Amino acid sequence: MDQAKSSSRFNSSGVEGQSLIMKFVVTLILAAGAAVIMIPFLYLLSTAVKDRDQLRQSPPPLIPVAAATVEINGQKEPLYQVTMDGQSREMALIKNRPGGKGLFVDPANPDTTYELVIADQTAIKNVEMHFENFPEALKQMKFNKLLINTLLVTFLGMAGMLFSCSLVAYGFSRFRAPWLNVMFILLLSTIMLPSQVRLLPTYVLFNKLGWVDTLLPLIVPQFFANAYDVFLLRQFFMTIPLELDDAAKIDGASPLQTLIYIIIPQARPALVSVAIFHFLYAWNDFYEPLIYLHSPEHWTLAVGLQTFNALYAVNTNYIMAASAVMILPPIILYFLAQKIFTQGVVFSGVKG
Amino acid sequence: MNSVSRLSLARRESLWAYAFITPWIIGFIIFTVGPMLASLYFSFTEYNIIDSPRWIGLTNYINLFHDDLFWHSLGVTFKYGVIALPLGLVFSYLIAVLLNQKIKGINIWRTVYFLPSVIAGVAVALLWGRIFDPKFGILNPFLERFGIHGPGWLADPDWAVPALVIMSLWGVGGNIIIYLAGLQGVPTDLYDAAKVDGANAWQRFRYVTLPMTTPVIFYNLVLGLIGTFQYFTEVYVLTNGTGNPARSTLFYNLYLYQNAFRYFHMGYASTMAWVLFVIVLGFTLLIFRSSDAWVYYEGQLKGR
Repeated sequence: MDQAKSSSRFNSSGVEGQSLIMKFVVTLILAAGAAVIMIPFLYLLSTAVKDRDQLRQSPPPLIPVAAATVEINGQKEPLYQVTMDGQSREMALIKNRPGGKGLFVDPANPDTTYELVIADQTAIKNVEMHFENFPEALKQMKFNKLLINTLLVTFLGMAGMLFSCSLVAYGFSRFRAPWLNVMFILLLSTIMLPSQVRLLPTYVLFNKLGWVDTLLPLIVPQFFANAYDVFLLRQFFMTIPLELDDAAKIDGASPLQTLIYIIIPQARPALVSVAIFHFLYAWNDFYEPLIYLHSPEHWTLAVGLQTFNALYAVNTNYIMAASAVMILPPIILYFLAQKIFTQGVVFSGVKG
Repeated sequence: MNSVSRLSLARRESLWAYAFITPWIIGFIIFTVGPMLASLYFSFTEYNIIDSPRWIGLTNYINLFHDDLFWHSLGVTFKYGVIALPLGLVFSYLIAVLLNQKIKGINIWRTVYFLPSVIAGVAVALLWGRIFDPKFGILNPFLERFGIHGPGWLADPDWAVPALVIMSLWGVGGNIIIYLAGLQGVPTDLYDAAKVDGANAWQRFRYVTLPMTTPVIFYNLVLGLIGTFQYFTEVYVLTNGTGNPARSTLFYNLYLYQNAFRYFHMGYASTMAWVLFVIVLGFTLLIFRSSDAWVYYEGQLKGR
């Protein structure tokens, strides 16, 4: 059922009649690659819930475990699964002896000791997770303030981008005017412009305006459109039938009204897509926040997290906990908007 | 009379067009043309932001060509680009081809493969910094299982750049998405025709899929090239902006950043920016010129 659906949606790369073995091999390769992709995430999560002692385990277990202990005469001693006289039982290691040996006792009967080779026994490990790392990490990095700044930059910028790019894309998709093609080529060429050639004077400009160390340099430029989003929106606008515009025109609608009442509602999938891409861009952006935001109360999450790491790199568990929280919103968004990514709603415009 | 009204109609349309693109025109002047000209001017000056720029002619350019770190940072960037760019392009293309097969649960696989591309940035760099840790990371213990004694990765000047390449390969999801869109755009009848002609799976790939997707390969190549010269966040986060160990990760963009925002040599940094611009432009033109030979556009007839 699922297969039938996907085959109608996508062209195959000439794989009909492909043998079952081939499909199996492809699935196997994909599964192996998927493991490579997922393991770092697992490592991130497991490190995030470890305590200081667990962090010192080398190699680090992917499942956060800690040595099981038992209290013997008021002291915490590690528990081992011990094989003795063909029987397996849990015993505590209370003392190391030369030659890799150790003194073991039965916790129920701590007075009788047995001397055994430690390497022959297996230490008992329990899964141990410290979820308190999350609130602790967020408190230490002053997460709330960073989150507010990031949300401001992201959503105000998104509003500016959607507003300006819709107007500009409409201008480039529905009208004929002298030099308009040249303008469009100029616009596209800015995609390939290395940002460095405009970065420094832009910084100087914002510095003169007194905007450095405010969120404004990250938000205001979004109100002046960008090539990438204009291009994607224009490609989509071009697919909306001109008859709709004509009908609106006959009804006496101005071009602006046509944009608002005809084009925008029709172009919702494209608008949603560029909004999502903008969210991801602004949420993850590091370079510009790093340059423009100097005092901690203006930092975004990206800068805050980097600094948190620079200052407390040894607290790997807290750094990973904070990192996990930071990547959560993009991941949630990704799953909510999966279709846009997996079906390439907008990307089809890239070709040709 | 008729011609007058038509003219005014055309003029009115032009006015509307330019009214709508005004936000971009203003932005283009304020944030692109103006700054580009200003940075060109800065590149001939000594400028520390506080005092006004002082004209020093070609001094910055001459100093730059005698600056060992400039050449070094260029070398680091090239080294990374020469490994990461082709590897990333081929790797993501192959994955895209696999993800374009008709297999049960293909959407789940796609979801997994695209996932890393949405979380680029600081958190990912921090995560990989830990993964590469020789003692507490997970990469070297994994290699150890195969009897390979892993290097110090980011702590080793010889292995820091390869480590960054590995990290970049993990995040090629964005490329895959674009490739997949291209692969899905290949018309099915071409495959059918090839099959009628008796082409096997490899021939169908070589003579249909590959030529038809050259435009997306081209697109990813150009953007990948520009991305290489902009490479910054990961290396800044992993080295706290130093480009260490032994400056082995002092990428061009990082060195530019240091000059601009650590030492406030705005003039010198602007010189670097313009030299970079010329380099990128040169490469881009080269790729564009070469595209005639290998990029196929549908509906375009060639004299071949």
